[in-house]
Amino acid sequence: MRRGRALRWAMGLGFAFLWAPILLLVAYAFSADRIPYQWGGFSLRWFAALAANERLVEAALLSLRIAAGAASLAVLLGGAAGWALARFGPFRGRAVFGALIGAPLVLPEVVTGLSLLLLFVALEAAIGWPAGRGATTVLLAHATLGAAFVAVVVQARLADADRTLEEAAMDLGATPWTAFRTVTLPLIAPALAAGWLLAFTLSLDDVVIASFVSGPAGTTLPIALFSMLRLGLTPEVNALGAVVVLGVGLMLGLAALLLRPRRG
Amino acid sequence: MTGPNQTSGPSGPPVIGSSSAGPIQTSGPSGPPVIGPVLLSAEALTKRFGATLALDALDLQIAAGEFFALLGGSGSGKSTLLRIIAGFEAPDAGRLLLDGRDISATPPWARPVNMMFQSYALFPHLTVADNVAYGLRRAGVAAAERAKRVGDALAMVGLEGFDRRRPHQLSGGQKQRVALARSLVMRPRLLLLDEPLGALDAGLRERTGFELRALQRATGAAFVMVTHDQEEALALADRVALLDGGRIAQLGAPRAIYEKPASRFVARFLGAANVLEGRAAEGRFESAEAGITFAGDIPPGTVAVALRPERIAILPAPADGPNRVRGTVEDVAFRGDDSLLLIRTEAGAVLRVAHAEEDGAPPARGAVVGLGWEPGDVVALPA
Amino acid sequence: MKARALLLAPAWAWLLLFVAAPAAILAAIALAEPDSGLPPFRLALSGAGFAPLVEDSYYLDALLVALRVAAITAGLCLALAYPMAIGIARAAPGRRVLLLAALMLPFWTGFLLRVGAWIGLLRDEGWINGLLRGAGLIEAPLAMLYTEGAMLAGMVHAYLPFAVLPLFAALLRLDPTLEEAAADLGARPATVFLTVTLPATLPAALAAFLLVFIPAAGEFVIPDLMGPPEAQMVGRVLWQEFFQNRDWPVAAALALCLLGLLILPIRLFQRLEAR
Repeated sequence: MRRGRALRWAMGLGFAFLWAPILLLVAYAFSADRIPYQWGGFSLRWFAALAANERLVEAALLSLRIAAGAASLAVLLGGAAGWALARFGPFRGRAVFGALIGAPLVLPEVVTGLSLLLLFVALEAAIGWPAGRGATTVLLAHATLGAAFVAVVVQARLADADRTLEEAAMDLGATPWTAFRTVTLPLIAPALAAGWLLAFTLSLDDVVIASFVSGPAGTTLPIALFSMLRLGLTPEVNALGAVVVLGVGLMLGLAALLLRPRRG
Repeated sequence: MTGPNQTSGPSGPPVIGSSSAGPIQTSGPSGPPVIGPVLLSAEALTKRFGATLALDALDLQIAAGEFFALLGGSGSGKSTLLRIIAGFEAPDAGRLLLDGRDISATPPWARPVNMMFQSYALFPHLTVADNVAYGLRRAGVAAAERAKRVGDALAMVGLEGFDRRRPHQLSGGQKQRVALARSLVMRPRLLLLDEPLGALDAGLRERTGFELRALQRATGAAFVMVTHDQEEALALADRVALLDGGRIAQLGAPRAIYEKPASRFVARFLGAANVLEGRAAEGRFESAEAGITFAGDIPPGTVAVALRPERIAILPAPADGPNRVRGTVEDVAFRGDDSLLLIRTEAGAVLRVAHAEEDGAPPARGAVVGLGWEPGDVVALPA
Repeated sequence: MKARALLLAPAWAWLLLFVAAPAAILAAIALAEPDSGLPPFRLALSGAGFAPLVEDSYYLDALLVALRVAAITAGLCLALAYPMAIGIARAAPGRRVLLLAALMLPFWTGFLLRVGAWIGLLRDEGWINGLLRGAGLIEAPLAMLYTEGAMLAGMVHAYLPFAVLPLFAALLRLDPTLEEAAADLGARPATVFLTVTLPATLPAALAAFLLVFIPAAGEFVIPDLMGPPEAQMVGRVLWQEFFQNRDWPVAAALALCLLGLLILPIRLFQRLEAR
């Protein structure tokens, strides 16, 4: 089919809109000037400054730890929930269960953040746990959010897969546990991996919920970035942007290379 | 803004235009000699998809008002040719002339050619009437005229009273008729049909086939049908082109192609016939694989012969000599008015033999029988 | 059956504790009475949290502004997303993967970094003003940051992939012969889009709109960093009530009001997704 020139222009406009700010951010990360929007010749000094910025580096490390923990918890919880919703039939309270697991998907972040903070405050007043707010409360909040996404991905994967597969396994002598281990688990493994990555990136990127449920001891990277950006862009933010864009691009390239269909 | 679709005439079948090009003659000896003035002419059409050559400098002429079938297997280029005629694909080289005018660069919406899609491609969000009216709206036909033509078109395909239905409320056969009405209402000079009977069940195919022919005669439009089913092509079309690897393997009237295949490929594609390889010498043809000597009109350079199953007779007594062979019945399949026998000759080749019911019960499995045929039934294949 | 109950029990416990209980507490605090103590409320059936929402148009305006900005954002996203989704869906498979990567990579670079990039573009001494001044087109910098336009640009940039993906999926499912049939019947490309492509992908377009509209209505960060100081969106007001004014009942009541306004779009979105 002949493709319209207007369509190509419109698509180009969309991609230009997406990419222009990011390319500028990355490009100016290599500028020597202290003003982050001015070109002062090529330099790597802001990458060095970024590495020396203890507050940002510590926040980044904390964010990575929280994201990994929250994603792992989310996979356990969301995987079980997605499996139950796809395979357990009409169990008691299924509608409520589905609504609860899916709620964080559709609630505005300010509502989720505020209500979780109120819960943590109430819990501390009632039973003394969690004592104060910080990394733990952020992790719990992010695990809840991530589980919603994992459940959706796993449920969709199982809905696509033929449920007679498990029945065939049991017909061939597998116990339910063996059928799960040898058929269901390999079936949903890609969904679990994708769900883990999704939960990990969500946690790494979240500023609103984290701002609500975090305390002084739980400054994640987005919280630190948010307070920096309130004062405007700095060359270190440029450098961080360059590191992230190049890192993500590299990982995408690597994934494309590994997942490339083999010929012959 | 309207395209040059033939929508201005108030009613009645479109006039089949005369063409400056001469009339087409069929290539087969037994077909009708003259079909009509040239409507569409493809000249050295070539199309590549990556490394695959879909059309290889293909030449073809379609006459006004004929029913033409493009027959071939998957990858033969028949669908590509259809899509190029409709305008969905552009040829890499070659020209496409309609009434002598080059339409290679004309976009699909401006061609006086319409298509009936294999999937029917009915717009799911529109009613039957709105589906049929779609092209008329695009052509700017006034509402009153439009309603009349939609009604006529639906009546023509026997779907009166279906105008308010949605495509998902129709059976497969009804969808096919709506698709047909939707393209015929445009009064195209040339209607393209992509596997028109492909999605119908067996019972409906025969009836729909006859209806297609009646519609083609009534409208006077040229029908070009793509199909992979040789029975369909032979039954419906005035002329058939068998495509292979982006080229025309044979073109002619159905009977001519069926009775005088031009090559081993054609003989095998049309099915049924026994094709035996061998060597021609002194007016005879020796097939070592079957242990048979064929006598008949065998020109030098013959590489194989074709012999139709219904031309082979089971002899009362086994005999030797040319056009005679002995074999053992391996299997018998009852087909209604005849039985198909698989008979292995002593040399090891298997022949398909049709045994008519009126000739009595067929020989049983394991029986040794003699086979024979007339010299005139042997078709020599030069390629 | 026992194994299933064992598997479901922890999931139920988690969901009741971290999803159901917070919602109940939110509702309780919205109805509570403000107090100077710590925590700054006293449980009661007072409705004190809702009173200012009714009395002071500031809060109602914040809700309306949020809905308006979210609707404009979602509309702009759809307008940009349609040609992108069509282009990606029609590309050859190899190119399609590249285009999808080009769509998602900016998304994965992080929300705040993208906001930072927009601040760099739009500031008085930022890249656009620098370019315009360098070209001699302007004398004084254009004030672009801290305007509604800046906020919309940031929001559209943040949510654009959410609009492209559902449209792309719907276009992949769309039978390409429908568009060919329309062209065959005399429709030009623009007419094909309006009469076939658009009606066939309307549910996906609605889903894409809601997928942007729902989170955008509660958006807090972009209005805070890029928006005009005078026009407050509900997310920002909620934040200020909670953290700066320490008025928990009002913040909780605002959250419930936002939820109440979004419940219809949310249900509609879930209905569309379930199809």
